[in-house]
Amino acid sequence: MDFERFKVHGEPLIYGAMISIALATIGIIIGLTYFKKWGYLWREWLTTVDHKRIGVMYILAALLMLFRGGVDAMMMRLQTAAPEMKFLDAQHYNEVFTTHGLIMILFMAMPFIIGLMNVIVPLQIGARDVAFPRLNAVSFWLFFFGAMLLNISFVIGGSPDAGWSAYFPLASLEFSPTVGNNYYSLALQISGIGTLLTGVNFIVTILKMRAPGMKLMKMPMFIWSALLTNVIIVFAFPVLTVALALMMFDRLFGSQFFTMSNGGMDMLWANLFWVWGHPEVYIVILPAFGIYSEIIATFSKKNLYGYTSMVFSMVIISLLSFLVWAHHFYTMGQGAMVNGFFSITTMAIAVPTGVKIFNWLFTLRKGRITFTTPMLYTLAFIPIFTIGGVTGVMLAMASADYQYHNTMFLVAHFHYVLIPGAVFAVIAGFHYWFPKVFGFRLNDRLGRHAFWWIAISFNVTFFPLFLLGLMGMTRRTYTYSAETGFGPLNSLSFVGAVGLCIGFVILVYNIYWSTRYMPKDTNGDPWDGRTLEWATNSPIPAYNFAIVPKVQTRDAFWTSKVDNIPLFEEKITKIHMPSNTGKPFIMGVIFFIFGFSMVFSLWIPAILAAVGIVIVMATMSFDRDHGFYISAEEVIATEKKLRGETV
Amino acid sequence: MMKQLFPIRHVMGYLASLVLSAAALTVLYADLSDSANIVILLITALIQASLQLFLFMHIGENTETKKELYLNLAYALFVGLVTIFGTLFIFVWGWYA
Repeated sequence: MDFERFKVHGEPLIYGAMISIALATIGIIIGLTYFKKWGYLWREWLTTVDHKRIGVMYILAALLMLFRGGVDAMMMRLQTAAPEMKFLDAQHYNEVFTTHGLIMILFMAMPFIIGLMNVIVPLQIGARDVAFPRLNAVSFWLFFFGAMLLNISFVIGGSPDAGWSAYFPLASLEFSPTVGNNYYSLALQISGIGTLLTGVNFIVTILKMRAPGMKLMKMPMFIWSALLTNVIIVFAFPVLTVALALMMFDRLFGSQFFTMSNGGMDMLWANLFWVWGHPEVYIVILPAFGIYSEIIATFSKKNLYGYTSMVFSMVIISLLSFLVWAHHFYTMGQGAMVNGFFSITTMAIAVPTGVKIFNWLFTLRKGRITFTTPMLYTLAFIPIFTIGGVTGVMLAMASADYQYHNTMFLVAHFHYVLIPGAVFAVIAGFHYWFPKVFGFRLNDRLGRHAFWWIAISFNVTFFPLFLLGLMGMTRRTYTYSAETGFGPLNSLSFVGAVGLCIGFVILVYNIYWSTRYMPKDTNGDPWDGRTLEWATNSPIPAYNFAIVPKVQTRDAFWTSKVDNIPLFEEKITKIHMPSNTGKPFIMGVIFFIFGFSMVFSLWIPAILAAVGIVIVMATMSFDRDHGFYISAEEVIATEKKLRGETV
Repeated sequence: MMKQLFPIRHVMGYLASLVLSAAALTVLYADLSDSANIVILLITALIQASLQLFLFMHIGENTETKKELYLNLAYALFVGLVTIFGTLFIFVWGWYA
């Protein structure tokens, strides 16, 4: 066998990455063995079907990927900080911006949001778990191993290097002969299947498992956003699945779907990619709208202004998200009629989004506002996102887009929507729901410290890019000469990136500090919350609710506190729980082996792994698992203990 | 006993799917006119889709989830048709000549 193709040559940075991956792996293995945690890890985490633990694993993976994607970002900003920098070469720079995009969107933003949905959705609807707990574990492990497959590409064989959108013909075998884009097609495929399953799971959960009395129009706004997000996932992801499969056929088996000859059509890739890609943007942004709605209502001490219009604007956004994709390639060659159509649908999205912005502002009006860390992120989101939105409308004008297309202006625009729209939201949600999961709050002073670093540095990093774009700097250029005059603004942007780094370091330090020093919450409701998740104990017991709540109003927990409407009326009885299973994890591992073998065209291991996948799926469908019961006495004892009473 | 357990309907459905796929393949190998090809594809696709819907996706089952099923189908149809006709709009009808 030819081992040469597994190697990545060249730079000290890549060797550094190899060594750090090896050291981290060895460190984890030694640590687990030394502290005798293998059994604990397997029993409590790898085989779990508990939605809260799966959610926590999603968020941990997302934080890890945030670090990886952040390092990529720092490398890019350093490389462009001054003219003629020699930090990265062109190839390495291509790989870095490609993986930065892929990781931040698919392996950071999405899993972070899906993690928060996992933790919060069942709690907010008063359920004991998602509809299909086992499928949930399958989703997580497919996502996780897909993400790992993409991550090892950097040190084994080479990363994808044709941009996160992997446009053909550049991404074809002819112009990208390395295995990089094979990794792209397989890693995304595997984690995409996981995401699709999540979509199915959460739609069923939200439609079928709500607490008695919770009508659709009484659901918390985060649940509405999660429902619509998952609907978009279910209808958008199949397009990606098909497109990636065609890409794989082209690259591995010599088919001609996206080639420039033999009846192939290279531009069809861009088309299919954005048919999925634009809804994808809303998949990461709609849940953020939900998170902000919860936070604004809680910290203004008011119910959300214009609930019905909020719901309808999200429904309209979710429908429109499927009608705008061509605005990503106005310059590809279609006529004015097509561009005009997609221009109008794109601008139409600004209307429901504007409705939402005004609803949030009216919720704040005359509210008793407390400036906690999550609220600060939310308040910063509104003006920053509006800048992103307005520049979005600028880009939506097809004729003007001929000027902005693929310049740094575009890069600045989508960071101005995605960072406040997704990253601020998940950080806000992280701070907001942290006490629910772990039983203590993150320190507010450190949190606010991190917030100011992040919010200010964000603008310092990305605002200059608008100007650079207007000056004519194109995206994905790895270097430029001093005569272009791009130097000073790029240096400023690098300074901002360092500030962002400091902000995230403080954020992580806050987690460490709070774990050691923050006092335990005892009543499960640290923020004086409005929705059902605050009605259980913190940390949440495995069964979530000792008694299934009865819902009568929109902010069910709030009205139960203010108007003394009882939530829990029935008696505690035994609770049925799903049992843990190791099969999803094993299936993930086999999928990883399958993906890796396919990337390198190792057919025999690929076939064996494929057979293995089918066998695991078959055994899963023939499993007879009736779950187990937690007895009423045990539930009562747990409840007392969590409330701090002596048993 | 074995007869009751054996999922004869599903096996027949599976075989029918295979036959329909093979029938659609004649478009490639038989030398027919374009319109005849399209007719073959449309008919086999329609039968195939209804086979899937009734046999494997339980659309005919009389349950309280009927509304959700049809809503789901309508949305899928919306996304599918938008993708197909949108693509035609971009690359064929609206292409800059």
